Amino acid sequence: MSLLKIDNVWKSYGEVQILERLNLNVEEGEFVSMVGASGCGKTTLLKMILGSEEATKGQILLNDKPIAPEPNEERGIVFQKYSVFPHLSVLQNVMIADEFSASSFLGRTFGKQKKQIKQKALEFIQAVGLGHATDKYPHQLSGGMQQRLAIAQALMKSPKILLLDEPFGALDPGIRKDMHQLIRKVWKENKLTIFMVTHDIQEGFELGSRLWVFDKVRHDPQAPTAYGAQITYDLKLNDSKKQLEGQAIAEKFSQKVVNS
Amino acid sequence: MKKLMNIEPSRSLKGFLAILPFVVILMLYWTASNDRLAENPYDKLLPSFTQISDAVDRMAFTEDKRSGEYLFWVDTGASLYRICIGIGISAAVGLLFGMLSGLLPIFRSGFSPLITIVSLIPPMAILPILFISFGLGELAKVMLIIIGTAPVIIRDIQSHVRQLPSEILIKAQTLGASTWLVAIRVVLPQIMPRLIAAVRLSLGTAWLFLIAAEAIAAQEGLGYRIFLVRRYMSMDVILPYVLWITALAFAMDFSLRKMSELCFPWYHHQEAGK
Repeated sequence: MSLLKIDNVWKSYGEVQILERLNLNVEEGEFVSMVGASGCGKTTLLKMILGSEEATKGQILLNDKPIAPEPNEERGIVFQKYSVFPHLSVLQNVMIADEFSASSFLGRTFGKQKKQIKQKALEFIQAVGLGHATDKYPHQLSGGMQQRLAIAQALMKSPKILLLDEPFGALDPGIRKDMHQLIRKVWKENKLTIFMVTHDIQEGFELGSRLWVFDKVRHDPQAPTAYGAQITYDLKLNDSKKQLEGQAIAEKFSQKVVNS
Repeated sequence: MKKLMNIEPSRSLKGFLAILPFVVILMLYWTASNDRLAENPYDKLLPSFTQISDAVDRMAFTEDKRSGEYLFWVDTGASLYRICIGIGISAAVGLLFGMLSGLLPIFRSGFSPLITIVSLIPPMAILPILFISFGLGELAKVMLIIIGTAPVIIRDIQSHVRQLPSEILIKAQTLGASTWLVAIRVVLPQIMPRLIAAVRLSLGTAWLFLIAAEAIAAQEGLGYRIFLVRRYMSMDVILPYVLWITALAFAMDFSLRKMSELCFPWYHHQEAGK
């Protein structure tokens, strides 16, 4: 039984077909990188898994049950930006995740309960390397530190699935390398299933255990929006041999993107 | 030589330039007043500074012969009471309905067109209705301030709630927040500094409606007094009253700004960084 099953999913906005005929199974613990040209629908698929968009046709099953049509605790998310609450300090930003579930009326906790949540939050803050900045507000943090905070927040709920929407797109190359290490560590330690949208094919290869390449298979020159993208390559990247194979395809693919 | 648009005045020059127009206006007034009084000592249009300070002394620091009250302070108290109640209720109503309609599409669908239309009704046009239905007491004057300012605050809050990045609201849901918790722990604290900004912007309107209402029906109040002494062309009373109203308005605006900076430092840093 797979964790997530994408069953003949189609997505269109009005006349514009975005995605078509997606049939995929994802096992627990996989790290799926999604790459493709801009506007090919990879973020749309991510949003459908998140629940903020619904499929036009077909369905997505989580543990064989249709996935909830709105965002909830089962799926954590880190966006490229605006992922953290600007009015809360680092510690409060992480604690709020458990305070939501602990107190359904005030959304705040006191005394012993608060201490426990604080302890747990501090562990995750340490784990993402923000131990020195617990009292800072997001506007005082660099882009990389904000993303670390967003990851710590998401980990608090131990979600089955962690979604990353171009999480490192706005970061400097050096910081990006650090974040790759962090996300790999987080993935292994928390046994997460991760879906990551990225523009950077290299990043997709380095990080993921599986790579989906989005592209349009069918073209109608008279009606460019009539057909949607499909997943043209679905590569397992578990061993180094397959990695090499994948690299070759990736090079071909990136040439194609450059040429088109 | 730099281009004109790139020249930044130094600190001291800035201070000097800020004071200069006030000094010039005072000087102009003083000469004009002197000229008129030299020609006709009973001229009432531009009273001298001595006449003005006499009037202030009479209104603020001498008991009124008829009522035994210090009229200036009674007027100030009555006007401040009305404007604070009015703008306070406006802010509360604006926050509640603005958040409901910004956050809940189902509420917005029913409410938004209504408030758009209501905010277009000129409040002064329905002032007679208020006097007829609420009488000539305090309630009608406070209602006028509320009707004049609340719709603007509601619309402002509504649009600011909708401008919050959807990522923030989705993130809160993935952390397990219900609609209620998103409202009180995510939206409310982020919207409070914007509410203060909206109140600051409506203060001018609130004073306008207050003075209008007092001019028409009141027994005391800053606006009432100005319109009362107009009959005797008492410019020596009107001018200090106008200055006093300006000072009060400035003090309210200033304290609201300071309060916002004190309570929501993250917001002001964020805005400054934009």
